[in-house]
Amino acid sequence: MTDKPDPATSVPLSLRGPSVGRREFLRAASLPCLATCAGTLAGTPLAAPLFGSPGAESDAQFIIEAQFYEKQPYKKIKCTLCPRECVIDDRERGYCGARENRGGTYYTLVHSRVVTAHIDPIEKKPFFHFLPGTLAFSIATAGCNVNCRMCQNWEISQVRPEQVRSTYAPPAKVAALAQQNRAPSIAYTYSEPVIFYEYMVDTARAAHEVGVRSVVVTGGYITADPLKKLCKAVDAIKVDLKAFSEKFYREIVNGELKHILNALVLIRKLGMWTEIVYLVIPTLNDTDQEFQALARWIKTELGPDVPVHFSRFHPEYLLKNLPPTPLVTLERAKAAADAEGLHYVYIGNVPGHPAESTYCPKCRKVVVERVGYTVGAMHIKNGKCRFCSTPIPGVWA
Amino acid sequence: MKPLSSPNRRTFLLAGGAALFGASGLSSPSPGPAVRSRVVIGRDQQLRKAGAGLDSSRLLGLLDRTLQTFFDRDTALEAWRQVVRPGEAVGLKVNCLAGRGLSTNVPLVDAICERLQQIGVRDIVIWDRLNDDLESARFRINEKVKGIRCFGNDSLGYEGELVTHGSVGSLLSRTLTQVCDAVINLPVLKDHGITGVTMALKNVFGAIHNPNKYHIDVGDPYIADVNMLPQIRQKLRLHICDAITMQYEGGPSFMPPWTWAYNGLLVARDPVALDYIGWQIIERKRAEKGMKPLRELKREPTYIATAADANHRLGTNDPKRIEVVEV
Repeated sequence: MTDKPDPATSVPLSLRGPSVGRREFLRAASLPCLATCAGTLAGTPLAAPLFGSPGAESDAQFIIEAQFYEKQPYKKIKCTLCPRECVIDDRERGYCGARENRGGTYYTLVHSRVVTAHIDPIEKKPFFHFLPGTLAFSIATAGCNVNCRMCQNWEISQVRPEQVRSTYAPPAKVAALAQQNRAPSIAYTYSEPVIFYEYMVDTARAAHEVGVRSVVVTGGYITADPLKKLCKAVDAIKVDLKAFSEKFYREIVNGELKHILNALVLIRKLGMWTEIVYLVIPTLNDTDQEFQALARWIKTELGPDVPVHFSRFHPEYLLKNLPPTPLVTLERAKAAADAEGLHYVYIGNVPGHPAESTYCPKCRKVVVERVGYTVGAMHIKNGKCRFCSTPIPGVWA
Repeated sequence: MKPLSSPNRRTFLLAGGAALFGASGLSSPSPGPAVRSRVVIGRDQQLRKAGAGLDSSRLLGLLDRTLQTFFDRDTALEAWRQVVRPGEAVGLKVNCLAGRGLSTNVPLVDAICERLQQIGVRDIVIWDRLNDDLESARFRINEKVKGIRCFGNDSLGYEGELVTHGSVGSLLSRTLTQVCDAVINLPVLKDHGITGVTMALKNVFGAIHNPNKYHIDVGDPYIADVNMLPQIRQKLRLHICDAITMQYEGGPSFMPPWTWAYNGLLVARDPVALDYIGWQIIERKRAEKGMKPLRELKREPTYIATAADANHRLGTNDPKRIEVVEV
């Protein structure tokens, strides 16, 4: 995972310097805490002066009936949004903590309930083949449908909505703010957008009405029907493929790999622009065999043009006992994927590494130059390499 | 399934268990692997008035009798002095998820408060996850006035530092960490649709911020691991399981067709032993009603055995080492 609401690399909205966007934001948006609002648990809010009081917002405005569930006898329900398919008693919540059974009707508790919002370079998501060099208006709500032991955003992903400060940000308002802040896309990111599915889809639709696109940063733990509907509403999806073994998913993620692979195949089949991040964790998912098998599967099932980002792990959350990924391991992963024939293999979280840039698979020249999250020279014209006219897949304008 | 062992009180006393508990310190929540655990089951079939309400005086009598037997003391107050000291802030961790009908009964909590105050406890906190849950079980929220306070975790929130053990990483309720010197666990005896049963061990989920993450795989090993968190383990003094109304199917929600007026309390220091005995009670009732055992429904509460294993040692699930006393 790369996308973290880090003030060092992104601009939390409420802390931005004077600009039209900020003035508009403060005056019109009624969003008192659009920086990371994960402070309530610890009592040390990251941007306390701008936060509203916990609970100042009415819970009722965040709660709407969920779209994907089945009613069962005795007021139970079965959630069908993600492969976990939680069967939930009355007054109980699913694994994600963001959906609740109330009297036999299932509700999302996080519609328009934003816990963090930043304006990030889209490279930070990372998307390298989607509007490079632009900004992504990035939002999240609390909750997640997995529990990765390496989660870098656990303070918002592994909590219940009422345990963190949040603010009311309805879809039209988010779309307007993205537009005002000259962000051509909205990113649903940081936690797990699948759990705020209804809000994401509603916001994507509102954004399209004002010419703003939507990108999704997800673990891909979602069932087919909601995924199909999602793909009609958004413009690109980046999937965190956290490993290529069921053992890892079972022990480290609390999920099942097969469902993510199914989702990836479906996303590609539906023509959605897709990129993949693979966080390389020392000793857990860093063997040559795993890299090779992963690359082979991607080439066969998704095609060689799907960008793959091998990202450096940093010790976080419940995996603080492991060191950061050695650079040589990341380079080994890239070499294995290159050897299998993938066209766009990147190394992430290593600012300044040559493998941050995009190379034409035919002439091998740099077509998008990057240093960290900064985009330099762009040599793509009409979707083709400016040097040899080879098509470079992606969304470039 | 192992049979329920049920020697009478005298047999138990002769077996020597009394010395063990009489000598144990206040802060010892459960015995180690080499000792026997005691579970006292007190019942009173006249507990309910004709109008279906609880008879408070009989309930107090049942509580006294059960506690005196457990601690082998001549008076109730002497028994309670084995649990907490005057001056300590005592948390009563109730279970109110199911609302009125299948939550820790208010008259039981009132009876406990009465006895605690009589031994000099001046700061009692009735506590569960949410204020809404407490109110739904007819507790009155009182966050500020000392004496007997009552509030959910949403009042004080959670600590900022993760605590971890084995499979779990959680933030602890500040009510547990900052308010309570000691905790008396007051679960309800009931079936659970995911974890099989829920009693003493699982009620501790109310002390962490992320219980929704730990219901998978029948809660095994998560429930045992949460109970290993030092701040929880060190503060738990006693478990009094409210079995006045128990439920053997359809839990954790209140499902009247599957409830049974058991009219009892289960008391133990060992949460594993208590849960094991409570589980057997549920299984027996299920069998009596022609229902399948939990194992066949893939919800055998294996976390109870895990809590007893060499990695946890939270108590014993071996019926040969559990003394069950019925009064």
